[in-house]
Amino acid sequence: MFKSKTSKIAGVLLLSASMLLSACGKGGDKETSGSAKNALEQIKSKDKIVIGVKYDTRLFGLKNPSTGEVEGFDIDISKELAKDLVGDAKKVEFKEVTSKTRIPMLNNGDIDAIVATMTISEERKKEADFSDVYFDAGQSLLVKKGSPIKGLEDLKKGTKVLAVKGSTSAINISQKAPDTTVLEFENYTEAFTALKAGKGDALTTDDSILYGMVDQDSNYELVGGTFTDEPYGIAVKKGNEELVDAINSALKKMKENGKYDEIHKKWIRSN
Amino acid sequence: MDIAGALSFDHLKFLAAGFKVTLYIAFISIILSFIIGVVFGTLRYAKIPFLSKVVAVIVETIRNLPLLLIIFFTYFALPEVGLKLSPSTAAIAALTVFESAMLAEIVRSGLNSIDKGQKEAARSSGLTYIQTLWTVVMPQALRRMVPPIVSQFISLLKDTSLCVVIALPEFMHNAQIIYAQNINYIFPIFAVVVFMYFIVNYCLSLIARRLENRQA
Amino acid sequence: MLDFSILLNNLDTYLEGFKNTVLASIIALLGSFIIGVIVAVMRIAPIKPLNWIGSAYVEFIRNIPLLVIAFFFYYGLPAIGVTLPAFVAGTIALAIYTASFIAEAIRAGIQSVPKGQMEAARSSGLTYLQTMRTIILPQAIKIVIPPIGNQFINLVKNSAILGMIAGLDLMYFGDLVSSRTFVTFPVYIFVAMFYLVLTIPLSLGVGYLERRLARSN
Repeated sequence: MFKSKTSKIAGVLLLSASMLLSACGKGGDKETSGSAKNALEQIKSKDKIVIGVKYDTRLFGLKNPSTGEVEGFDIDISKELAKDLVGDAKKVEFKEVTSKTRIPMLNNGDIDAIVATMTISEERKKEADFSDVYFDAGQSLLVKKGSPIKGLEDLKKGTKVLAVKGSTSAINISQKAPDTTVLEFENYTEAFTALKAGKGDALTTDDSILYGMVDQDSNYELVGGTFTDEPYGIAVKKGNEELVDAINSALKKMKENGKYDEIHKKWIRSN
Repeated sequence: MDIAGALSFDHLKFLAAGFKVTLYIAFISIILSFIIGVVFGTLRYAKIPFLSKVVAVIVETIRNLPLLLIIFFTYFALPEVGLKLSPSTAAIAALTVFESAMLAEIVRSGLNSIDKGQKEAARSSGLTYIQTLWTVVMPQALRRMVPPIVSQFISLLKDTSLCVVIALPEFMHNAQIIYAQNINYIFPIFAVVVFMYFIVNYCLSLIARRLENRQA
Repeated sequence: MLDFSILLNNLDTYLEGFKNTVLASIIALLGSFIIGVIVAVMRIAPIKPLNWIGSAYVEFIRNIPLLVIAFFFYYGLPAIGVTLPAFVAGTIALAIYTASFIAEAIRAGIQSVPKGQMEAARSSGLTYLQTMRTIILPQAIKIVIPPIGNQFINLVKNSAILGMIAGLDLMYFGDLVSSRTFVTFPVYIFVAMFYLVLTIPLSLGVGYLERRLARSN
């Protein structure tokens, strides 16, 4: 264990150094390894599924510092998934991802799947395989109550909008409101803390995530409705049709037996 | 400000769990970077043709880059060339690479500070180069190096906080999760964070000072 | 080979970040030098309370992470009504942090001049300040320059902390390019090169000064 870690680190040292020096890069195209083909069997044989979820997104995936547990819509969906794939809702291990770290973690093999408020997009389909849509979100704006910003049209030159690195909303907002200044943060915790600290006029991301922030601090409200469609999907490593199929059939079962509605009702408040 | 709410028992327990990760990552990285730093520093000092030059270029390149960039690089860029690491391994690897380079420089200048005459005397009394280095030069140099090496260890411990960018569940990361719940927690939580880092690092620096005085 | 199109396509972004990194470094460099000198003077002045304040500053600041200081200025201060833009908050944090190391380097340099010289000069009729200016400081400067130079190199590297609070520096924009394009390896290599453009000449300069000063002794 220790030995392999040291040799790994020695590898990093040599590799990063030689890479930096020779500056020749991009060795090896992004191939999917042979073992990845049997991702579904791998999950079954280790009798556990490892899922990447958010730890900082209220209602979807939030680490509760008091209990040490992660809670939310994505968490309950993941548990149902585990029940279907490995036969027990408890046989799921959660690992924290952020919008930026989730695809590297999936490709690293740290996690088997991503259930983390992840929008299915054409760009991302090049990086990972997606299940069917399991939640429909849309991008919106969060402002302090009484803010002059009532919608997208109020985002003018000089307005500061806060977003999260690696999220689709960061890209969308600079297209929908090109004059506004966008400031991007590592995660939602930092972005919302920045909004509360008065570092920006609005925070933009999916309405589902914003509702969680309102739930936490009622001095803030959503404005302007939704202006994009953000269909959430479950992502797995590229080239794993069997796993995608298995996830899709699990999702279908959840919807048929009422479990999905139950989870939806538990976490999502419709306005 | 909500001091009682911020510093509830559960929150403190959660912070302690983060601090344990910080100490663990720092400890492993300190050991590894000390070994690599001594080896690389010595190689550079020894002026072995070609090898010492290569080591010098590696050390100088890494030493002149921001650690934050090395962390990003290790975690986000290395997978592109096939090297995939978990957050904790990536954290240890990045810290080790960076701090080894910093330590190598300390070791090299420590070795250089030893009077050349001693080396010549030892050699002429029949010791081999390696023996001279190991039994005459290195022990004296290491003693001189203690203060800068310990302050580098302190830097390393502080620098673990940067691993928050790769979602390593360390001290700062757990602090963020707590103050994200309520803006009124931010001051008390910051106070705890500052206090903990300060206590550990201050103790380290006191130890360094004691070692320094003992030699003097 | 390295894919240069990513650099060329995002050159404006890189340059904007580079400019801000240089700007933050220069401002923080001046700031940290001024604070560092003041704190060092407090530590060695023959007035006890000043010594305590100076020591407390150095011991406190250099034992906590720069990230915590930057977060404090950016996220913490608004809780008491002070809202600073990220660039300003980050640059102040950088100056305050580096100042503690500079103060320590200056103090060590001044105190390395033998005490007897101060006593001799004082007994020959010079005032404390005159002795400092004409006897102690000229000797101390030689010892102090290399460590201060190293602190400036550290400062340039540490300025990457601005990237953590959306401070619009090289690290921030580099990170943004990678999260937009999903390209990581070349993006970060180019960021590294921009930093090296700043730090390698500084390192060589400090090394050169160090050798020259050593020879002049």
